[in-house]
Amino acid sequence: MKPKVCILRTAGTNCDAETDVAFQLAGAETELVHVQQLISSKINLSDYHILAIPGGFSYGDDISAGILLAVEMKHKLRETLSQFVADNKLIIGICNGFQVLVRTGLLPGMDNGSNNQNIENTQQTSLAMNTSARFECRWVDLETQQSPCVFTKGIKSALYLPVAHAEGRFTAPSEVLEKLESNKQVVFRYGKSAESSIDRTPYPHNPNGSDADIAGICDRTGRIFGLMPHPERYLTKWNHPRWTRENLPDEGDGLAIFKNAVEYVKVNFG
Amino acid sequence: MPSNVNEFQILNADDDELMRISREGTLSLNLKEMQTIQTHFSKLQRNPTDVELETIAQTWSEHCVHKTFKCIILYAEEGKETEKIEGLFPTYIQRATEVIDKPWCVSVFSDNAGIIEFDDTYNLIFKVETHNHPSAIEPYGGAGTGIGGVIRDSLGTGLGAKPILNTDVFCFGLPDMPYDELPKGTLHPKRVFKGVVSGVRDYGNRMGIPTANGAILFDKGYTANPLVFCGNVGLIPRNRCDKSVEPGDLVVAVGGRTGRDGIHGATFSSAELDDTSENLGSVVQIGNPIMEKKIVDALLQARDRNLYRSITDCGAGGFSSAVGEMGEEIGAEVHLERVPLKYDGLAPWEIWLSEAQERMVIAVPPENIEELKDICESEMVEATVLGNFTDSHRLQVFYEGEIVGDLDMDFLHKGLPQHIKEAVWQPPQHKEMSSRDSQTEDYTDDLLRLLASPNIASKESVIRQYDHEVQGGVVIKPLVGVNNDGPSDACVTTPIIGSEKAVIIANGINPKYSDVDPYLSAASAIDEALRNIIAVGGSLEKTALLDNFCWGNPDKPDRLGELVRAAKACYDIATAYGTPFISGKDSLYNEYHDTTTGEQRAIPSTLLISAICVMPDISKAVTMDVKSPGNLIYAVGNTYAEMGGSHYYGLHGFIGNTAPVVRPEEGKLTMEALSDAINSGLVRSCHDCSEGGIGVASAEMAFSGGYGMFLNLENIPTGETITSDDFLLFSESNSRFLVEITSENADAFENLMANIPIGCIGAISDTPEFIITGLSGKRIIEGSIDMFKSAWQTPLHT
Repeated sequence: MKPKVCILRTAGTNCDAETDVAFQLAGAETELVHVQQLISSKINLSDYHILAIPGGFSYGDDISAGILLAVEMKHKLRETLSQFVADNKLIIGICNGFQVLVRTGLLPGMDNGSNNQNIENTQQTSLAMNTSARFECRWVDLETQQSPCVFTKGIKSALYLPVAHAEGRFTAPSEVLEKLESNKQVVFRYGKSAESSIDRTPYPHNPNGSDADIAGICDRTGRIFGLMPHPERYLTKWNHPRWTRENLPDEGDGLAIFKNAVEYVKVNFG
Repeated sequence: MPSNVNEFQILNADDDELMRISREGTLSLNLKEMQTIQTHFSKLQRNPTDVELETIAQTWSEHCVHKTFKCIILYAEEGKETEKIEGLFPTYIQRATEVIDKPWCVSVFSDNAGIIEFDDTYNLIFKVETHNHPSAIEPYGGAGTGIGGVIRDSLGTGLGAKPILNTDVFCFGLPDMPYDELPKGTLHPKRVFKGVVSGVRDYGNRMGIPTANGAILFDKGYTANPLVFCGNVGLIPRNRCDKSVEPGDLVVAVGGRTGRDGIHGATFSSAELDDTSENLGSVVQIGNPIMEKKIVDALLQARDRNLYRSITDCGAGGFSSAVGEMGEEIGAEVHLERVPLKYDGLAPWEIWLSEAQERMVIAVPPENIEELKDICESEMVEATVLGNFTDSHRLQVFYEGEIVGDLDMDFLHKGLPQHIKEAVWQPPQHKEMSSRDSQTEDYTDDLLRLLASPNIASKESVIRQYDHEVQGGVVIKPLVGVNNDGPSDACVTTPIIGSEKAVIIANGINPKYSDVDPYLSAASAIDEALRNIIAVGGSLEKTALLDNFCWGNPDKPDRLGELVRAAKACYDIATAYGTPFISGKDSLYNEYHDTTTGEQRAIPSTLLISAICVMPDISKAVTMDVKSPGNLIYAVGNTYAEMGGSHYYGLHGFIGNTAPVVRPEEGKLTMEALSDAINSGLVRSCHDCSEGGIGVASAEMAFSGGYGMFLNLENIPTGETITSDDFLLFSESNSRFLVEITSENADAFENLMANIPIGCIGAISDTPEFIITGLSGKRIIEGSIDMFKSAWQTPLHT
């Protein structure tokens, strides 16, 4: 079977095309779906196995990044999304998509278990303005953490991916951060070193000042995943900024994330 | 006639009165034009309505019709007979393209942008625009709507292209200019700089288009008239490149609502600025990138379903220009009360002229309108039927059922009187710098200061604010090297992920040489753009050019003389290299008039050349950062004693008189041979020599790659005897490169370059030392790459 991916769009989404390519290269069947098509039930989310919320500036990021799309999803698609999660399907939010997941309460999903898949009503974490106070585009080293995340299963420990955002500083109250750590929900950290301690990677390697260098998190089940870096922008070696001077594998670091998602669907829904 | 429509009383007006009407209405029409209009309406025995006269003024504006590039010029040069030029554009630009006659040019100078072939399925389009006047008054909004406008040019070319890359080139006053020297009514260059960068950033990033090529220049001459060039590359299916309009097709407006913003933009930009221009708030448009993104999303779907026959953007002149141009051959009627407005109270002529952003006009066969509306609704964009195209050959404008404008299309588009302008060229004389004692001199400090000069210093802090990775196609980034921070010569993008076929985008701009001779400045700009294409792996064979002239007031003979010089160079050099122009634009009247002191200043005559090259195989691309210790460094192309307008002379307060000449017979051979060498895989890195010459180029290669160099000036190939180290180091002669070759490939490289002046000038070291030995055998530059890099990175760091 070919896993089906719903790549969600709305006004201002702009990484949908390359996310589409990424899932296709990973072996999925994809469709670009406008959020209005889900709201009007012209398209049913239940027909898909994976929901991908790509990067961009949904509704211009008016008020703050991702908030308007999050509100729309929370209020107009609550049932649909809850069912999607309860069906053990996958959700990935990249950059603006991560901001949306955090603001809907789908992340961090700290109490998600096999029987409790509801969208939380309060936002517990945030992606705030970068400490540099501006948009920045640069490649960063990422260190993969031990986590239940389906998307990073068996992935290599050091990844290199680009970030491009103004609002990407992951931040949360200390008790939330502690719980994320003890639940092993941190999926990626900025930087190269192996140990995990709070605020250890300096700018620009931690490009936005994120708490505990957090670049990506998953919910407790590992099926909902959000990250600021863009795996869909490193699919082949030509994407790498130093391919003219380094010997690199043909496949980019980002593709494994999409392949893992496809593999999970094949195993669990095949 | 509705009460909110007025007539202009021109029938019985004398010349003074005609000019008063033009001036007070910001119409920018000259006397001859006003008289032509008067004659036309005398025959009709009526006065024009405001809708009519404003429509004519927009359509005939310099901005829309490029009068200066089409008029007859009488050009006088000392010691020569006066030359009659039948239009700069047909004579020097269009003719160059015709003579070069490349089969891959699909559409040139006819649509909103030039179109060239890419692969079996797609063509490429490229357009660069300026948004100078608005950016002077409101940098953020002016620059943002500049990029927004050029993206709509891509969307308005053929049946609409997908925007895939943005470029931007800015010219500002000096960032450290003392506030008390600021001309009255102008913004400080630093504020303009910050506002312009933010405007382009916020618009381009929100549109999801990578901004991956550009340049930033600083010169005192741009203080009151900053220049903002915005470019866009688009990808368009080969079978969507033609447009047509038929009577009965609906005139449909798609996108944002219409307000009072941007009224008189076209005529405003055809006038000089003065110290009261900042009060003209309504001439600057207000941008909304998300609206534009929605339009692109909706219209590309409609394009692929063949729902419309023609498309153009509402740019200068708003609906008046868009509908007037589309219906030029057949006629159109429009009902202005149907236009969705931002707020009430607009007079019909304001609706008609408004340059509110993010609006496109399409010609839709009636049977497709419902399907088109469905698409627009699903993308949350308004689509409104304003009227239809006719076979009346008239442009007819209605408001609430009454006719408020009725113009003959022929008069509107062909009635503009032919102008004759005078131009003179008098070569200036500048002081020469006396030569320095090469036995005792050390140039380390000169190199450090050149690297730190704002024109050469790293622009990383700006580049990083642009998303240059979105769409996943940019494979040679604007920043390259071991730490991703070296200055790339050009950017390379693969529009189709997974395909090896790529597009190279580069630019060349040398306004400093205009102080010596605009001919040399223009010629050098072309050479530089081509060098940048070659340096990353492109070829002359598949390269096309764009010209963007930014000049002072062309009604002044000395300014126009400079323009003639530059246009002549465009023809000579483009034909010699075989690289056609596919599109271009001019922005004139970039002058500042201080009404209190009476002082009048024009900007430095500035020609931006943008280049686009189709590259068959991305794996052949190279970057400018050195790769491995032990590899050899070759200088390619002859150095001449050409210091005029150089940054080195500028550093010491001189202009000089010998600006770099382009010798295309040499340059073409050099570029072709080097292109072969790069495509044969013989070259590990390549950097073109431009601002700061071999000295700056070698230092940039070294610190970008993270290795030192030991170089010797002795083996630099020269076209004439040069005995001073500083000339060899810092001359900015054209058609030169530095390349890195492994010692195993040295013989193969030298054989391939047998007919080209080359010289092995040293090698890459595994230490951070950067050392250059002069002709006398003495070390004349010595330091660590970190020291040079720091000098280069620090000045514009924030």
